[in-house]
Amino acid sequence: MDSAVLLRSAHATIGRFPALAGVDLELAPGELVVLEGPNGAGKTSVLRACAGLLPLTGGEGTVLGYDLRRDLVAVRPLVGYLGHAPALYDELTVSENVRFAVRAAGAASSAVPDVLARVGLSGRLARTPAGRLSAGQRRRAALASVLVRRPALWLLDEPHAAFDAEGRRLLSTVMCEARDGGSGVLVASHEPAEVLPLADRVVTMVGGRAQGSRRGGRRRVVPGGVHVA
Amino acid sequence: MWRDALLVVGKDLRIEARSRVVVNQVAPFAVLVLLLFAFALGPDRSPMAHAAPGLFWVAVLFCALLAVQRSFAVESGEGTRDGLRLSGLDPAGIFLGKTAAVTVQLLLLEVLLTVGVVLLFGNGVRSVGALVLTSVLGTAGLAAVGTLYGALSSGLRVRETLLPLLLLPVAAPVLLAGTRAWQAALGIGTSTSGNPWTSVLVVFAAVYLALGCVIYGPLLEAM
Repeated sequence: MDSAVLLRSAHATIGRFPALAGVDLELAPGELVVLEGPNGAGKTSVLRACAGLLPLTGGEGTVLGYDLRRDLVAVRPLVGYLGHAPALYDELTVSENVRFAVRAAGAASSAVPDVLARVGLSGRLARTPAGRLSAGQRRRAALASVLVRRPALWLLDEPHAAFDAEGRRLLSTVMCEARDGGSGVLVASHEPAEVLPLADRVVTMVGGRAQGSRRGGRRRVVPGGVHVA
Repeated sequence: MWRDALLVVGKDLRIEARSRVVVNQVAPFAVLVLLLFAFALGPDRSPMAHAAPGLFWVAVLFCALLAVQRSFAVESGEGTRDGLRLSGLDPAGIFLGKTAAVTVQLLLLEVLLTVGVVLLFGNGVRSVGALVLTSVLGTAGLAAVGTLYGALSSGLRVRETLLPLLLLPVAAPVLLAGTRAWQAALGIGTSTSGNPWTSVLVVFAAVYLALGCVIYGPLLEAM
């Protein structure tokens, strides 16, 4: 089976700063891999490179079969990227933001109400301008924009940030469902308690390189978001 | 491309309808510009009426700067720039959508400005059709070139000051041709036909619309 992500000695720069200094990383479909490491280790840069937002300057990279050196733009609509900042227009309502994301991707927007209900933003909240939401609610709206598109590759950067306890359980459930549905899930996180139990593998990043890999503590998910060993 | 353009124009106009920046800030600014020109030219209506077409297009040009800056300000919010790049929208569609949204906003402002010109400067209108045609063509060209240079400058820290420097010289043909075509439409001076100047506006709009469709993708990457 082709890898969802395959990086071989991948290099990338942000300005003159070397963000990736020879990363080797492989992620199979249906696998959940956590990137850990100190600030500035290159975790976000790996995710942005895989999303087609950071061009590779050296090495090789393929995402969902597309060459990151040649087909950078083609990768973008296929991945679900949840970055530090939610991609929301403050003046548009939650529902309008999610519908715009879905229609832009060429997908049907009929699933939007169900997805908004699932992330806890149905009813009045769905009609609220995104600029009036709390940080956690904005995060839920951004998650809905990704969830409704059912991407083949999930790229999540500090996904648990700003979520309350119920939101964290929801997010963990969504991540596991995506993995169990055959999508690749790549997560950068500083919250090992949240993500390590879900991970198939944990990759340690240091200085723009993947320094090592170990098994994660993957567990089975049952409905309701409870993790059972 | 057209589907994407419709999606973007709908989004941008909806954002403007909610934020009311054009209504609450740009429209008063446009009226203020006309009023200041009227004060500067004094109470004699003859020079005012003669200068009215040029003043109209200068006011439109200033408003275009504000509208274009606003159009890109909404894309510079938290994560929205990445969201637009990840959306899968055709860059040409994004360009046409943003251009159309700026065009619609400017045309609404121009209705207000035209009323102001007639009331303040005492101009009559010889050909309403020519006036409307000139306004639509000139505005489409201004919006296209503005959207192009707006994208070019939006990724830079000095974008607020750089955009006027880039846009104003390039938009000079619209100012010139729009003024001459408006003079003909208002029956000012010896000019009886605005056709050659209208042709300039057609060519300007066509060139920048085509150019924008081709190079907006690379510009979006540099944003």
